[in-house]
Amino acid sequence: MTIALTINNLEKRYAGAQALKGISFSVQQGEFLALLGPNGAGKSTTIGIICGLVNKTGGTVSVFGHDIDRDFPRAKKQVGLVPQEFNFSQFEKVYDVVVTQAGYYGIPASVASARAEHYLKRLGLWEKRDAQTRMLSGGMKRRLMIARALVHEPKLLILDEPTAGVDIELRRSMWEFLREINRAGTTIILTTHYLEEAESLCKRVCIIDKGVIVEDTDTRSLLAKLSMETFLLDIAEPLAAPPALAGFTCRLAEPALLEVDVPRGRAMNELFAALDAAGIRVTSLRNRANRLEELFVSLVQGTLPGGAPAGAPIAAPAAAIAGGKP
Amino acid sequence: MNAFETWIAFQTIVVREVRRFLRIWVQTLLPPAITMALYFVIFGSLIGSRIGEMGGYDYMQYIVPGLVMMAVITNAYANVVSSFFSIKFQHSIEELLVSPVPNHVILCGFVAGGVLRGLMVGVIVTLLSLLFTTLSVHHLGIMALVVTLTAIVFSLGGFINAMYATKFDDISIVPTFVLTPLTYFGGVFYSIDLLPPFWQALSLANPIVYMVNAYRYGILGVSDVSVGLSLGMLLALAVVLYLWAIRLLDTGTGIRK
Ligand SMILES: Nc1ncnc2c1ncn2[C@@H]1O[C@H](COP(=O)(O)OP(=O)(O)OP(=O)(O)O)[C@@H](O)[C@H]1O
Ligand SMILES: [Mg+2]
Repeated sequence: MTIALTINNLEKRYAGAQALKGISFSVQQGEFLALLGPNGAGKSTTIGIICGLVNKTGGTVSVFGHDIDRDFPRAKKQVGLVPQEFNFSQFEKVYDVVVTQAGYYGIPASVASARAEHYLKRLGLWEKRDAQTRMLSGGMKRRLMIARALVHEPKLLILDEPTAGVDIELRRSMWEFLREINRAGTTIILTTHYLEEAESLCKRVCIIDKGVIVEDTDTRSLLAKLSMETFLLDIAEPLAAPPALAGFTCRLAEPALLEVDVPRGRAMNELFAALDAAGIRVTSLRNRANRLEELFVSLVQGTLPGGAPAGAPIAAPAAAIAGGKP
Repeated sequence: MNAFETWIAFQTIVVREVRRFLRIWVQTLLPPAITMALYFVIFGSLIGSRIGEMGGYDYMQYIVPGLVMMAVITNAYANVVSSFFSIKFQHSIEELLVSPVPNHVILCGFVAGGVLRGLMVGVIVTLLSLLFTTLSVHHLGIMALVVTLTAIVFSLGGFINAMYATKFDDISIVPTFVLTPLTYFGGVFYSIDLLPPFWQALSLANPIVYMVNAYRYGILGVSDVSVGLSLGMLLALAVVLYLWAIRLLDTGTGIRK
């Protein structure tokens, strides 16, 4: 198998702090990798180094076998970047942004204009082709950056929070689009704070925290590490204090909303039997938070392995990490 | 990148630059036309007749080459400094940084943009001057060479300025406090032979004196300084500034973290 990206002992020291403390990982051709981590973990720094926006202070990076110290131009040709912040000229037209970018890769106008049309249409921006970029909505700007990143048909596409501030419907269609180009052979690396997104798109996740990789595994086995699942139960009659259910930890989120931690392997029947015995009637049941989210929080808090701690501390940060949106 | 791809990339940058200054022609092409027309009216027609001859030509004819150079210098510099600073400011410099375009091509592309704006303004100002006086070209080759080299030198200057600039103030300091005084004392309005010896010697340290005089030689055939020396100096300046600018790009000063 071809290796799309190899990062070895990569370091970055900014004036003040060490943002990357020697991280290593590699990505196979055709993979769809999620690069996760809390704010300031070093995701954008890593991406910036791969793409030539940030000078590294140590380590090596190679893209499809081209070392960036020896042949950066060739490495850059293989990579398309959708950056975290909008970075096109405010006064240029949508169409020109895409065609100009192709020009920087040495693609002649005839080819570039056909591709620009293809990707702008595919991303629903063709009607906006003559608009100045500052006239676009936030979601359209994100899509424009995707079109721009694809116009030279890179083999490795890197997206730094492509769905930040994008509505749910658009996010789903973006996911579909990304899945499609991944199936067609493009290797994709994605960073996101929506863990649901990583769970649904990526077979593999790499979690980085404070400049070190704390986890690098396939999504499924990561989820298997989860030792506890939390459910929210709406109950018929409000309670004054959480009930004592043998073998389950309960908290009252609201008088009529019960939070129950169910250890992995325990049958839900046992929970309901215990609820029955306590005379509590349940009107509805749902999963509290995204499962990957809980794991993520325990990973960056250093509480895994050994089991996510039962109890409240997880609840608040998990919601915060999700950016307040489901 | 192969030669063909490199050429496409260069072309792309130049087209983008030209499109920019044409789109905002009210800010880029119109002001120098108006300023220079005012100079022609006031210095040429209104008080020029009182001054009489300068260097063997009537005053209007004498100052036209200098004024053209002044416009070329200001506009070549302004084009590159504001265009490059603005893509830096809007982060669209990243579009270039992620692409495989070599630094030489980036630099040459922006300089070509500055040269084209400088020359276009030069042509506009020259055409305007014909409303006020007649001109005959003494040496076309020297004239073209001097004006192009001057535009290159100041485009490079604008580029270096933009590389170091971190805020909008930084791109107006050099034009206001360095370029304008050097140009006004650069022999645009007078022959330095008229100056007392001390000021004459000081003027010879001003590179713009050489550019203006060499250009005036190309048009009128008169110069206060040696034209060969001027050309040599222009070439040397272009080479030094080019190496300086390319070094800034290679190290990523102010553009790569
Ligand atoms: N230009 C810079 N100068 C100094 N420090 C920086 C610079 N850019 C980033 N950092 C620091 O490097 C660390 C990593 O930042 P980075 O942008 O890579 O984080 P991130 O994982 O992308 O975070 P986020 O999820 O918020 O985008 C942070 O501590 C940040 O403050
Ligand atoms: Mg980031």
